[in-house]
Formats: sequence, C-alpha cells, structure tokens
Amino acid sequence: MIEPMPSQDPRKSSAALDEARLRQQAIGVRLRQMFDEVVNEQVPDEFLEILKRADERSSGDN
Amino acid sequence: MAEDAQQTPAARQPTDDEAFKKELVQLIPHLRAFARTLCGDPAAADDLAQDAMMKAWDARASFQMGTNMKAWTFMILRNQFYSEKRRSWRQSQLDQEAAERTLVAVDDPEAPVALDELRQGLAMLPPEQREALILVGAGGFAYEEAAEICDCAVGTVKSRVSRARRALHAILEEGAYERDGAAAGDAMRSILADAERLSTVR
Repeated sequence: MIEPMPSQDPRKSSAALDEARLRQQAIGVRLRQMFDEVVNEQVPDEFLEILKRADERSSGDN
Repeated sequence: MAEDAQQTPAARQPTDDEAFKKELVQLIPHLRAFARTLCGDPAAADDLAQDAMMKAWDARASFQMGTNMKAWTFMILRNQFYSEKRRSWRQSQLDQEAAERTLVAVDDPEAPVALDELRQGLAMLPPEQREALILVGAGGFAYEEAAEICDCAVGTVKSRVSRARRALHAILEEGAYERDGAAAGDAMRSILADAERLSTVR
C-alpha cells in the first residue's frame, strides 16, 4: 500500500529537473538583459572628454 | 618572444596608446554596467566607472596588449569600489542604501514587471554572491576570469555563482521579496513568459 514518493519516479524527477533548468535559463536571460540595458545606453560625453584631455596631457609630455 | 621584447613599457610608442585608448573606449559601456550593479545609483556608478577608466589609462604601461583588457579594467573598477568603501564606513552605508533603492526602483514605467523583481531578488543576495553571478551570468566572464577579477579561487566563484542562482531562483519562485500584493510565483511566471518572448524574437 505504500505509494512510491513522486521524486522516486525517474520520469517525473527528470521532468522536474528540466523544468528547474528552464527556469534557471529564464533567470539567466533576464540577468543578461538587465546588464545589456546599461551596456546599450549612450555613453555620456564626459567619459570621452576626460579620456581625450588625459591623452592630450600625456602626448604633451613626450 | 621578439614581439614581446618590443612591447616593454620603456619602448612604448604613441601607437600603443592609440590602440589602448581605442580598446578602452569600447569597454566604457561595460564598465558603466558593472559599476551600476555595484553602486546602484546611476550618477555614483558613472563616477566610479570614470575613475576606473582613468586608473586604467594611467596604468596603461603595465597592461600587456593582447591580454584580456575587459577583465583587467573590471578588476580595477572593483578594487576602486571597495577601496572607496573602506575609506569611509559612513559612505558605504549610503552606497548600500542607494544600491538598495536603485535596485528596487523602476526607472522606466514601461519596464516589464519581471525586471524589477529580478533587481529586488538580486538586492537580497549577499554582495559576493551577487557580484559573482553578475560577472558570470551577465558579464559573460569565464569562472577563471571572474576569479581573477574578484581575487579569489575559481572554486569559490563557482560555489558563489551556484549558491546565488539557487537563492535567486528560490526568491523569485516564492516571491520572498517585498511586493505589492502580487501572488507568489508571479515573478517567476513573468520571467518565464519574457524569456519565451525574447527567445522567439531572436
């Protein structure tokens, strides 16, 4: 009368594993999207200006 | 070998600076993204990214062209972030508060719900787990590169990433984050739906 635990059914546990993997993948996609959103933003001009000034300073030293 | 000898700092040519600068400029968007995950507050993050960019520029003579500049600049940015934090405990408190606020805030009212929930979930992870997951899961770094950036063993990064993934999954699945009456499991459902939508678009 003792029913096997659902987790002991190899088919069920493999389906659960696939499901968990799918969910992890979905989180991964989201995570990359969150990061890429900032990567794809326009870089503020300030960055290039600061670097340009530093480059000109070091060229002047030579 | 002969090529290496020509690239010693003493023999540095202006063309080396040009090549370095070009590669550094291409990395700015990535430095900004990484800084945003550390600082939260976009203005503070850009300050950090600028500081890191300038530190990298100043240290260009010690960088060997052809090696991984992305990992090198990320390491500089991370060191900069933590040395600033150490300098002032009070400031680190403010950084932490800003990070929590920004990770939770939705800048774009049109932003999908799941993205906001992912930010909230990330904010709940221990900082070292969050950092490892972001570098490997979002920044596209290999475990070995992430270990170099975080100055720890490869095994440590692997276990941090795996713990972070499990914890984040559980947080999103159970809806353990602060939410406004949304049912548990909603976050995971909307993440799954979005992932499906994104994969069909691509």
